[in-house]
Amino acid sequence: MNNAYNTALIRVRGLSKEYVQRSPLTRTKFTIHALKNLNLTLRRGATLAIVGESGAGKSTLVRCLALIEKPTAGEIFWNDVDLLGLKKDELFAMRHKIQIIFQDPTSALNPGMTAAEIVEEPLTIQGIGASDERRTRVLELMEQVGLPAKWAGKLPMEFSGGQRQRLAIARALALEPELLILDEALSNLDLANQEMILQLLRELQAAHGLTYVYVAHDLNMVEDVADEVAVMYEGQIVEQKYAPAIFNHAEHPYTQELLAMAPPLKSIIAARREWDCL
Amino acid sequence: MKFLGRRFAHAILLLVGISILSFALLQWAPGSFFDSMRLDPRVSAQTVNGMRAEYGLDQPFMVRYARWIGSVMKGDMGFSLAYGTSVGPLLWTRAKNTLLLTASGTLIAWLMAVPIGIWSAARKGTLGDKVCGVATSTLLMIPDLLLALMLLLLAVRTGWFPTGGMISVGAAHSGFWSAAPDIARHLILPAFGLALATLPILVRHVRSAMIDALESPFIQAARGHGVPRSRLLFRYALPAASNPLISLLGFSIATMLSASVIIEVVLSWPGLGPLMVQAILARDAYVVIGVVMLSSVSLVMGNLVADVLLFVSDPRIRVE
Amino acid sequence: METIGAISGDDCMGSVLQVRNLTIEYGVDGAEQFRAVDGVSFDVTRGEVVGLMGESGCGKSSTALGLLGLLSRRSARVSGSVVVGGKELIGVSESDLQEVRGSTISLVFQEPGISLNPVMRVGSQIAEVIHAHRSWGWKRCRAEAEGVLERMGLSPVERIYSAYPHQLSGGQRQRIALAQALCCKPAILVADEPTASLDARSQADFLALLRGLKNELQISILLISHSPELQASLADRIMVMKDGHIIEGGSIEKLYENPAHDYTRAMLRRTTRSRVGSEEADFVLQGQFAE
Repeated sequence: MNNAYNTALIRVRGLSKEYVQRSPLTRTKFTIHALKNLNLTLRRGATLAIVGESGAGKSTLVRCLALIEKPTAGEIFWNDVDLLGLKKDELFAMRHKIQIIFQDPTSALNPGMTAAEIVEEPLTIQGIGASDERRTRVLELMEQVGLPAKWAGKLPMEFSGGQRQRLAIARALALEPELLILDEALSNLDLANQEMILQLLRELQAAHGLTYVYVAHDLNMVEDVADEVAVMYEGQIVEQKYAPAIFNHAEHPYTQELLAMAPPLKSIIAARREWDCL
Repeated sequence: MKFLGRRFAHAILLLVGISILSFALLQWAPGSFFDSMRLDPRVSAQTVNGMRAEYGLDQPFMVRYARWIGSVMKGDMGFSLAYGTSVGPLLWTRAKNTLLLTASGTLIAWLMAVPIGIWSAARKGTLGDKVCGVATSTLLMIPDLLLALMLLLLAVRTGWFPTGGMISVGAAHSGFWSAAPDIARHLILPAFGLALATLPILVRHVRSAMIDALESPFIQAARGHGVPRSRLLFRYALPAASNPLISLLGFSIATMLSASVIIEVVLSWPGLGPLMVQAILARDAYVVIGVVMLSSVSLVMGNLVADVLLFVSDPRIRVE
Repeated sequence: METIGAISGDDCMGSVLQVRNLTIEYGVDGAEQFRAVDGVSFDVTRGEVVGLMGESGCGKSSTALGLLGLLSRRSARVSGSVVVGGKELIGVSESDLQEVRGSTISLVFQEPGISLNPVMRVGSQIAEVIHAHRSWGWKRCRAEAEGVLERMGLSPVERIYSAYPHQLSGGQRQRIALAQALCCKPAILVADEPTASLDARSQADFLALLRGLKNELQISILLISHSPELQASLADRIMVMKDGHIIEGGSIEKLYENPAHDYTRAMLRRTTRSRVGSEEADFVLQGQFAE
């Protein structure tokens, strides 16, 4: 997992994103700087976790990476091609390489479409394959995420939360992306589902060399998952290191603070034992 | 304050737009005041044309409109061809009567709707609530005209209420305050009729606003802290429900004017309704425009009042 | 059936809460019957913090609502016995329950954003709870509420009292919710995922507050949470809940070192892959991103 010499897949330079908000009643304007001159590098085939408190700008960052939001300034290089400078049709072609999965599967799936239609949609939009080829691929994908083919005709509401998330993943995989972004995608799932999906993602990474970006607000959540961790604070990346280095040798005061605020279970138990013995 | 200023400016623009539109529609509608005269063989075409010229009816649209706006600015709303007096005072007396009617009607309607709505919401799903639902649906289905006629029938058959008009003959000449009880007696039926016409919608809105409030998590939480039921209903749910209801209040004030037309006509209440009907039939242009503008003003005012009330009552809308 | 969380009769000195065979079924009127809580029994003694740990859907939130009789009779059937401070709560009238709620047993909900009245000042909301249980005039209730705010560390008291929920931060709102629950000094506080909607910083603060108050007021706490870290920080004893049953109980140490169920092991071990030993750390230091 620690491929120290992997090439960089994505390089983000000086990314900035501002939102201007107006209060409708008093007409005052205030600017929110969601991203401030942010730099980030993502290695191919690795899992990068982006961690920070709510409001730090993590979701804004990944939405820019997924090309669903346009930053105010900066560049995103994909293999040395600036994504933000691409023309419309080139951009369209790029979209299938980067896919994003959100926290709430329920709102990400069209409640009126069947499971098969949902998974097929990206293929239809990108115009890939003939109708029956697509069908076969859809069933393949469903099997891959552990959903039986006979459920293809069911509606999202007939699935449980974990199953819906798996459906969202199947849809994301339809276009054979190279980068998969998970924006707190596992937070709402129970343990069993989390394990299953993590296992699935590991297998896919091993088989296809996928790169993952995993967004979380809690360092403990990413220990199992991340090769590298980038700590985000107020629109900037304050520290980015290999995972063990972050956990054991954090340098930036904010990272240290984050670690201190959420100690691992073992040390809590140890501390408690001492405290109770007093 | 800026907020109010903007709303006010919007309102003015709206009113100007409405005035142009109504003027235009009236211009394009077939017929004019003097048409009946044309049919009369004793009056020559020359005379008719002369009269038309005198009243400026042969001028192009923009000219007439400009002249009208000009005189409105000076406070003169035009001349009523049918009544032979200026429009302003004519409208004013009628408007006062309509205002009396709609104010009483609104008051009665809300005084009835709020308790019924709260009661219904607090007993959601029970027999009482369902009966209430059926009753309001039935009332809703009855056309206003039928309702007014039923009330008229009631008055005629039982003799409990005067059968029309605002004031008894003879009492009209005494001062306002001594005539007041007499007016009040005449007011009961039309005001009540107006209230009944608008009641079903109000009850439903109150009920659904209360139900939304009662089913909110914060009511559950307060209940969990031991706050007694009556206090939950009136100190927690009702204020939270009042947000949508206040907008509704403004709207109901605004639309009362149109709702009152039928009642006024059927029960002969001397308000703007009958005036407008007669003026339209007679093609009395300036009266019609005057009434339309007046009701537009009341609609816009009603909404403005609702916005201000909302601003004052809901702390979430205010910005520190 | 052995009641895992229950304490044998003699040890019941000051058993503040006794739950026996609590069963909660949803879907009363002909709809699908679903048993959210199935025959749960446990005790909480005076001054103890007992944790109820499980994932979402295991029945822990239903338990919390069921204890206080907050489930609508039309949608849920609750049976069994819940005795708080000597009084039975199951099957009792709404007005009797209303007396007990907030004064003997209190509940703190998960999301203060929606459990506070948005159009009432927060101080008044606390005063309302006091007013519901004491026969005092409003002025005295208000003064008492201000005192409570101070004890919660919310200051300046005047400004906070007259603030509306949307003007306060998440952490402050949760303190207000806690203030409402504790203002009438109940014997036991039921906290349902109290820190789930808070960020890490506010969580830490809230935890410290809760610990302090617990010692100061000597109240018992039933802590309902899916987070092993939270339970480990606060609870004296933890019960693991799954599919409506309590499958295991004990101190956090025992559950960690010696879990009887795989489920428990999975839940606790998940986030505790120990952080790396030094050799790997040294190598990895070199791997820091240098660009």
